[in-house]
Formats: sequence, structure tokens, C-alpha cells
Amino acid sequence: MKKICLSIIGLYIGFFAGFAQEKTDSSKYKNHQLTFDEANIVSSYYHQNGDHSAVTGGIGTEKLTDISNSFDVKFYRYDQLFRKHTWNFEVGIDHYTSASSDLIDLKANSSASHADTRIYPSVNWTRENEKKGTTIGAGVSYSHEFDYQSYSANINFAAKTKNRNGEFSARFQSFFDQVKLVLPTELIPVVAGTTSASSTSGGHHVNYPSSSRNTFDLALSYSQEVNKRLQVMFLSDLVLQNGYLSLPFHRVYFTDGSVHQENLPSTRFKLPLGLRANYFLGDKIILRAYYRFYTDNWGLTAHTASLEMPVKITPFVSVSPFYRYYIQTAIKYFAPYQEHTAADGYYTSNYDLSAFNSNFFGAGIRLTPPKGVFGIEHLNMLELRYGHYTKNINMQSNIITLNLKFK
Amino acid sequence: MSIKKNQVKQLGVVAALTAIAVSCTPVKEYQKNRLNDGEMTLGARKAEKTENSFQTYREGASGANGGKTGGGCGCN
Repeated sequence: MKKICLSIIGLYIGFFAGFAQEKTDSSKYKNHQLTFDEANIVSSYYHQNGDHSAVTGGIGTEKLTDISNSFDVKFYRYDQLFRKHTWNFEVGIDHYTSASSDLIDLKANSSASHADTRIYPSVNWTRENEKKGTTIGAGVSYSHEFDYQSYSANINFAAKTKNRNGEFSARFQSFFDQVKLVLPTELIPVVAGTTSASSTSGGHHVNYPSSSRNTFDLALSYSQEVNKRLQVMFLSDLVLQNGYLSLPFHRVYFTDGSVHQENLPSTRFKLPLGLRANYFLGDKIILRAYYRFYTDNWGLTAHTASLEMPVKITPFVSVSPFYRYYIQTAIKYFAPYQEHTAADGYYTSNYDLSAFNSNFFGAGIRLTPPKGVFGIEHLNMLELRYGHYTKNINMQSNIITLNLKFK
Repeated sequence: MSIKKNQVKQLGVVAALTAIAVSCTPVKEYQKNRLNDGEMTLGARKAEKTENSFQTYREGASGANGGKTGGGCGCN
């Protein structure tokens, strides 16, 4: 944890030092040299609590804290045909502590699973033909945490309408993941020569078997400028997942008191459809509205609606209160603690897949002074957001996020 | 009864889409000062990234927001 904090402080200092270099010549039109465009640092702190942990079969603490940091930097250059090439490099580090993950071993006070760090770098490239209004791109990413590894690749295409007021875009992305089969300790088969199941667990030196999980996503969207104040966007994803879609350390207790591993089908098809609409009301108020309908073949249907209202206090300072409402039905395979029976083919007591509704509200402040935030010339934007989240099944969380943009 | 309800919903969606399509007026580049405002960006904000991420973990639905749809992490 100390190492992560020091690395982040080092990153901040190194970044400011980097701007002490000579200025780039902004007068160059269609720069063929690789040019720095912008960089972002996003840091957030998340804390949650509840009493329906899936690790302990739908009962028990859900206490979790997550510190997340990501850094991205964007460069561009024009080629001989005046097409704009953009490269976006990003790396993220999350560190979390989880009281429920600690209970993979019910006898442990503080096992190896109580905390983990996730690292996820990515690289994306796009080539935009400004004359034709078309863009093509591709990217790769990787994610690593102790019990989960993922490789991902994507390709994308976008085309503007003739009058440049509309844009269609398509992206195909696939994830190839490996899930380590970390079982609840009492379900680990006792190996000859060891005294108990728990003696083989709790250490990262154990060679766990793993299973694969693949995700294929075709994302389509169309955005349209309706008039000088209103723009809308239609979004859809067609998602197919296959492989090991359960989590191996989620317990399920049957009516007879016996304990089992969560067991979910090996394919899932998801269809979310979304609509965004942004409207500039008068000169100081903006309405940002979003609605999503979601359905999948596990029987889950959900509706999400949110409204954010940035108010420009000055041209360079805005305050944005927001509210989000979410409601979902349970999947076909969900039942609470000790309500599944041996007759059930698939079973889970994960309350994230149960029927519930949630409210999320908060506010953000965004500073974009022309001479830089706090007088720091290259610190182009500072945004601070706080949100409070509650589910009607006794779970609540708080999140605070800071975004610094350098240009 | 439920068929009627569905028909009303579908009619509402079609009416909304038609209203948007009909009210479209061409916007020239020099008229886009409001549309180009930083707060008018149609995607999610950078600062919303972690919010979208925790919602993907804590809720059964995901996607259609330019963010994650299920792969790449131990989420559902």
C-alpha cells in the first residue's frame, strides 16, 4: 500500500517536472511530429458496507474499501495524407481490502484474500480522416489481479454524416479471461499428507487451477446534433459471454444446511439499449439525461435513469448535482440464504443479482480557468465528485473522485 | 392488458424518435459553441469512470454507456 502511495506521489511530481520542458510550437499547422495532446490523472476512494455477502452465502458483511488510480496520456500526429493519428496510453492501479473475501477461509482472522491489487494497462490507436469524416482504430489491454487475468483487443470504426451533424460508430471488443478457482476452504478436497483443507490455502504460492471466461461485445452508437442546444446519442451493446461465469469462492447454502459453490450457466447474452440527451438551457444550465433498458437470458431486466445538471457559476467554474435511479429484477437462479434445494440445476445467493432498486446522488465541481488551475499553466481542468449510493436491500457506499487534466 | 401496455410503450418510443428526427435542423460549425462546451460531451466524464466500474460490480446490468460490459474483471 505504501509503495502504491509513493508511486502515485512520484507520478504527480514527475508529471509536473515534465512540463518544465520547452514549450511546443502551437503555430505548426497539421503537425507531422508526434505531439502531446492531453493527460489525465483520475484518483478515487470508494467505501461500501452491507450485510448480504455472496462469499458467505448471502449473509454477512460486505465491507469493502477500494483506492483506484489511473493515468492516461494522449499523443497525436498528422501523416502525409493529413490524417490524424492518435495514441492513448493508460495504466490503472486499484487496491482493495474486502472483509467478505477474507472469509473465503471462515477460520481466518486476516487471510491472504483480504486484500488485492489490480493493474490494468491499455493502448489505443485511432486514425481520423477529417476530410472524409471517418475514423478507424484498434486497441489492446491487459488486467491482472491475484485470481483474475484478462487480455482484451478491440477494433472500431466511425463515420460522420455529410453535414457533420451526426456520427455512427461501431466497436467490436473481446476479452479472454482466466479465473483462478479459489474455493471456500471447507470445500477444498483434503489432500493426503495435509492435516486440513485450510492448510493448503491462504498463501499465494498455491498453484490453483483456472477456468476461462470469454466476452464478445459489439457496441453500436449513433449521435445527432438536433439543433444549436440539443444533442442526442443512441447506444447499444450486443454482449455474449461464455465459459466459467460463476465466482468460485461464492458459497450457496441449501435448505438442508449443506454448503456448495455458486453454479451459474456457462453462457450469457446481454442486451443493453441506451439513450443520452444533453440540452443547453439558457446560458448557464446544462441538462445531461440518460436512460438505459437492459435485458439478458438469465432473466434479469433493468431500467436506469439519471439526470445531471451542471450550473455554470462563472464561464470557468461549474457545479453539477446529479441523481441516478436503478431498478432490476432477480435472475432465475437466485435465492437467499438456505432457500436453494438439491433440485436446482443452477444456484447463487449473490444479492447483486437479486431484485432491488438503488439511488445514487451527489455533486461535482469543475474548474477550467484560462490561466490554469491554481495558476499552474498546464493544469487545464480539475474536477472533484462525491456520490452516495444506497440499495433498498441494506447496502450503501460512498465514492469520491478527483480528475486532473493536463494540456 | 399487458399487450396494450407494450403497444403504448412502443408508440411512445416511436413518437419520441420521430419528434427528434423531425426537429433536426442543420447546425453549422460556427453555431456549435454551446454544443462544443466541455459539459455537453455525450460520453461519460472521466471522473465517472470509477462510479461506472463499481456499479458494474454491484448491479446485474451493464453496458450501453461506453463503459464495461462484463469482461476484464471478476464482475458479473
